[in-house]
Amino acid sequence: MSDLSFYVHIPYCVKRCGYCDFNTYTPSELREGGTLETVSSDYIDAVLREIDIAFAQAPDASVPTIFFGGGTPSLLPARDLGRVISSIKEKWNVDADAEVTLEANPDSVDTAKLSELRAAGFNRISFGMQSAVPHVLQVLDRTHNPENISKVVDAARAAGFESISLDLIYGTPGETLEDFRTSVESALSLGVDHLSAYALIVETGTKLAAQIKRGELSMPNDDLMADMYLLVDDLCEKAGMSWYELSNWSKPNHASRHNIAYWRNANWWGLGPGAHSHIDGTRWWNMKHPTAYKNALFGGESPVQESEELTAQQKSDEAIMLSIRMRGGIPLSNLSQEQRETVAEYRQSGHLDSTRWEEGTLQLTPTGRLIADRIVRELVV
Amino acid sequence: MPAISLAKAPQPAATDPAQIRNFAIIAHIDHGKSTLADRMLGITEVVDPRNMRAQYLDRMDIERERGITIKSQAVRLPWRSGIDGKEYILNMIDTPGHVDFTYEVSRSLAASEGAILLVDCAQGIEAQTLANLYLAMENNLKIIPVLNKIDLPAAQPEKFAKELAKLIGCEPSDCLLVSGKTGAGVADLLDQIIEQIPAPKGDPNAPARALIFDSVYDVYRGVVTYVRVVDGHLSARDQIQMFSTGVRHEMLEVGVISPEPIPSKGLGVGEVGYLITGVKDVRQSRVGDTVTNYNNPTKTPLAGYKDPKPMVFSGLYPLDGADYPLLREALDKLQLNDAALVYEPESSAALGFGFRCGFLGLLHMEIVRERLERESNLSLISTAPNVVYNVKLDDGRSIIVTNPSEFPEGKIMSVEEPIVRATILAPSEFIGAIMELCQQRRGTLLGMDYLSEDRVEIRYTLPLAEIVFDFFDKLKSSTRGYASLDYEAIGDAEGDLVKVDILLQGEAVDAFSAIVHRDKAYAYGLMMTAKLHALIPRQQFEVPIQAAIGSRIIARENIRAIRKDVLAKCYGGDISRKRKLLEKQKEGKKRMKMVGRVEVPQEAFVAALATDADIDKAKAARK
Repeated sequence: MSDLSFYVHIPYCVKRCGYCDFNTYTPSELREGGTLETVSSDYIDAVLREIDIAFAQAPDASVPTIFFGGGTPSLLPARDLGRVISSIKEKWNVDADAEVTLEANPDSVDTAKLSELRAAGFNRISFGMQSAVPHVLQVLDRTHNPENISKVVDAARAAGFESISLDLIYGTPGETLEDFRTSVESALSLGVDHLSAYALIVETGTKLAAQIKRGELSMPNDDLMADMYLLVDDLCEKAGMSWYELSNWSKPNHASRHNIAYWRNANWWGLGPGAHSHIDGTRWWNMKHPTAYKNALFGGESPVQESEELTAQQKSDEAIMLSIRMRGGIPLSNLSQEQRETVAEYRQSGHLDSTRWEEGTLQLTPTGRLIADRIVRELVV
Repeated sequence: MPAISLAKAPQPAATDPAQIRNFAIIAHIDHGKSTLADRMLGITEVVDPRNMRAQYLDRMDIERERGITIKSQAVRLPWRSGIDGKEYILNMIDTPGHVDFTYEVSRSLAASEGAILLVDCAQGIEAQTLANLYLAMENNLKIIPVLNKIDLPAAQPEKFAKELAKLIGCEPSDCLLVSGKTGAGVADLLDQIIEQIPAPKGDPNAPARALIFDSVYDVYRGVVTYVRVVDGHLSARDQIQMFSTGVRHEMLEVGVISPEPIPSKGLGVGEVGYLITGVKDVRQSRVGDTVTNYNNPTKTPLAGYKDPKPMVFSGLYPLDGADYPLLREALDKLQLNDAALVYEPESSAALGFGFRCGFLGLLHMEIVRERLERESNLSLISTAPNVVYNVKLDDGRSIIVTNPSEFPEGKIMSVEEPIVRATILAPSEFIGAIMELCQQRRGTLLGMDYLSEDRVEIRYTLPLAEIVFDFFDKLKSSTRGYASLDYEAIGDAEGDLVKVDILLQGEAVDAFSAIVHRDKAYAYGLMMTAKLHALIPRQQFEVPIQAAIGSRIIARENIRAIRKDVLAKCYGGDISRKRKLLEKQKEGKKRMKMVGRVEVPQEAFVAALATDADIDKAKAARK
């Protein structure tokens, strides 16, 4: 069998940030008076059981990447996270240069812990920086001190991490273009290898959505968001980090191979509650609540909530939807004459790169990336 | 009780005209006409108490729900007078109360010798009732003033009796007091109808002449024709002839309504009843025509009515283009019963295929639309209503314009538009507000009279076009709902009118073109461009929205090109969700209309065409 990447979901946070609608829980949400230790003590055991299921299903794969996301995976002790890595390594052939990433909160790691994590097998780390501007962090409900970022980046480098990434959010209520410039410049000044920048999405049911609904905060308009995107793209390119996906920039050879696996529709297994998996045209996802997930596995049941078999049409829609986001774009030979004619006007309007088009590829320009979903809608009729 | 059972009562075709009384009821919506009619059906015992239900004569759902009468009804009620103890036959002819249906009222009046003027004694007379009262007085009908709802705590019978007395020229004490709700005074009213309204007169030996006052299509029986016999008689064995067409029809059935149809041997002088001839189209049994005997035809027809003329036009389009054949079928079906409805196919670049429909007025339009949607399960968009314009060109030709998009481009000498005389009744405290509204709408004050100390009648001439859009809603809201309105067409007048086009990226959107007064063109242009600016989503290129008179741009907005239409995050767990959204958007795309290169969601068209009142209604419905 071919490659199989792993995603490991760690559904715990110390507190929920105001904008977050991820599948994550604070210990007290899960159990009255609960602590991280009490609620997650057996969580890793449950994940190991799911690994057994994965092995039974795909014993011959080799593993190019493992990614721990959340939640706040860095909250758990390095040795617990290490148990998962070890179990995967025991069962499968994990590539010697495999990319093993940890998402980390700058407040939940220090030099000692970073060394432990490196020893446990992680070689890539992604810090949730979000912003360098205090009033922006406050609206986002983030607790970390912006000065901690440079400390933990230095510490991670000292601990031997091969690739260091920062996440930024733009378009937070009250954030100006200059605020965002400060954040991007601050991130780039740290010499990291990789940067992700995401436009803030106000998800229904979050504290932020309620604040906006009550009129306490107001969302920046799309034009400002667009200017922010063009700014981060420009600053990154100038700093030698080029885009490889719509929201991701990296130094050469530092693109996230794990994320590229998603966008190329490769096979991956998502471990943990609510995690999605994809193998050869079948997608499935697990029960969302950690307790339900644990109960199923400890009861010898499958934790799968639902699955879908992709039709040919759906596969082709997904391929367009995902590959258009990448620098490599879509080979024109994969598009019909009609599809090419439909989007031809976006060449004139400067949304598609004309040179690349001549060379036989649909590749989005910076302004084109900003309306990628619209162009996808034109292509998938 | 002085009721007489149907079997023992004088029989159709064998009733002495001296025993017959034909009367109409003139009343405003809400003034209790249907309830009073119910009460009459009850005390004359033509409807068994077990079968009684509210608004018995309003057959359509829409009539019951909205509390309005759209179609006339004629019911034969036997009654023994409490005054002379003799048996009589009362034919009650129920009439609609709304201005749009004045032609229905005039038909009922022509079939009667008298009319009950029914007025809610908590509200007083309303403008439309006043118009119908004048119509009845012009027809020399005996008027019996009746104040209804005397059981209400807010009743002011003395005040409104004075008002009615002044209008009719009688004494306040001549007004009868009834309560349709409790039945108080209803038996007395029936006795007074016999006393005051003259019996019909006619020559029983002359060739038959009967006036068609209504013609209704019934799915099972074909066209049912309602007639009032003036001379001679119609018998079930006769062959009849329509005077206007000369066409002979077999008589399949003749009878009376009591209030269910009861076949009879025939109908004699002064009687009211129905005929069934097997005709399938109401237009072959035309309202206002004279029915006569085929073997012994009359030489002189009865005075008919003017054909109702459509005054207001609007385009009706199915929301789903695939429903177009269904809409055509529904209109065909509705027209069987509504000779006043006219329509012809039209197509709009913005809205697809639909029909340009002509209506008697705004309520007629609203009701037709509601019936189409309800009875045929259709969702419709209607364009803003407009009137008929007579455009004279420099070269001497003239063009009748019922759709703004037909407005000629070339040199125009003059444009004529229909003018109405409007009568507004309201408490005097609202005079200022009403005058302000009428002035805004290019009105000319004709006069003003006090009906009582604190109620006035204000008369204006107004262009009909100024009334058809949202005048009535505005009038109601500026008078806290107290004002009532009636209008009648009084001819055409030249106006300084221009066509304003709305252009999207330089291309005119036909559905938004409007013919307006030159002074209001700018305001219309600003309003529509601003509305569309808010409703049309940003496109990948800049879209100018312009309002133009000919080639002159009078207002402009720009929809700036969209700059952001992307979700920044797309990781493993987002893929299914994102694809499902895309699949949904594919469906949504089918509901997009293309105007040139501009994609406009259908909802934007609907919202741009809605009036403030529509929006309020939609909001209320959501609550």
